Amino acid sequence: MLEVTNLGCVRGSRRLFRDLNFSVSPGSLVQLQGPNGSGKTSLLRIICGLATPAEGKVYWRGENIRAINEEYFTSVRYVGHRNGAKEELTSVENLRISSGLEGVAVSDRQARAILDRVGLAGREDLPVRLLSEGQKRRSALARLLTCRTTLWLLDEVLTSLDTAAVQLMKSILEDHLGEGGMAVIATHQELNISAGSFQRLELSS
Amino acid sequence: MFRWIVARDLKLAWRSRADVLSTLFFFVIVVSLFPLGIGPEIQLLRSVAPGVVWVAALLASMLSLGRVFANDYHDGTLEQLLLTPQPLYLVVLGKVLAQWLVSELPLVIIAPLLGVQFDLPPSTLFVLFLSLLIGTPVLSLIGSIGAALTLGLRGGGVLIAILILPLYIPVLIFGAGAVDASIISANPQSHFFLLGALLSLSLVFAPLATAAALRISLE
Repeated sequence: MLEVTNLGCVRGSRRLFRDLNFSVSPGSLVQLQGPNGSGKTSLLRIICGLATPAEGKVYWRGENIRAINEEYFTSVRYVGHRNGAKEELTSVENLRISSGLEGVAVSDRQARAILDRVGLAGREDLPVRLLSEGQKRRSALARLLTCRTTLWLLDEVLTSLDTAAVQLMKSILEDHLGEGGMAVIATHQELNISAGSFQRLELSS
Repeated sequence: MFRWIVARDLKLAWRSRADVLSTLFFFVIVVSLFPLGIGPEIQLLRSVAPGVVWVAALLASMLSLGRVFANDYHDGTLEQLLLTPQPLYLVVLGKVLAQWLVSELPLVIIAPLLGVQFDLPPSTLFVLFLSLLIGTPVLSLIGSIGAALTLGLRGGGVLIAILILPLYIPVLIFGAGAVDASIISANPQSHFFLLGALLSLSLVFAPLATAAALRISLE
């Protein structure tokens, strides 16, 4: 269970939001919306622990995430604007390395099966720089499938995905929520996902 | 998990070999320019050799430092590294170790060969090798702090030099000092002890500082 209390964020001299309160329980989904520059990415970066909030706290299972850093990171997976894949390496290598670093190493076979599921069959052994934008995005999404992390923080993951991939992403999300996972997603697209509970959080600038 | 990060960086370095070799070539060329410029005065060459080789090693290390975190920063993998469930200390240590293996170790190995151009006797060449072997990890460790602090800044390369070169001075003094001592047939042991002390200190504290700097840079 994720709990956000009185969260405020200041970037430079601009205040993005203040007194933000919400909680995410197992099986539920939060969609962040708001105009560009309203602080969606900043909020996600605060929740995943990369950025420090100006005020307020984020609690994970009742404990401040600042206090349980590494323990918290085992349950959270963040996919940001940038794909977080090395362009020189192949998708398989990227996937195996990132999961190895997460402490849940996958075998070559498992990595190929996951890439197959996100629609990269036949392109697993190409360096990522040769893939199209949408394919790079798909390979970034593959990271979500390597192990069961509870909380997914997804920043504009649906951009540059084709309709088939958007559908795939939705079904992956539904599976995740169905298994008691949680997700916070920043996106402008309508999600239409059957989740245990669905909240829409509107950030205004 | 430590081995994953080292293996990853070694693999990446192998895929972009040209980048890595450029550091080594820079070192070789800078060191070789001095005998050509000074001319065949053996006494003079011998006395400038320690300083020249060590300063060239310092500059070569600066060149490769820019790459330690910058590439990972731009493609977003650094964010992912910060979010892995393991101490950031180990991540930093792994990256620095890989950087040293790739950019500094070849330079340490080739240095005795370059020393021949300065007419250094074999015993001194060995001291040169040993002083670089102990000293260059310190350069990598201290340099990683500067690399982390200047992440994402424009003109970061020059800034790293201004921040880090002053901190390299102790390593330069004791490293070149060891070779100097060996040239005048004195015992370089005390210099090695001091270099070793610098290495142990920076092994403990530099990754901590780098980890803190990375967190700040990625805010």
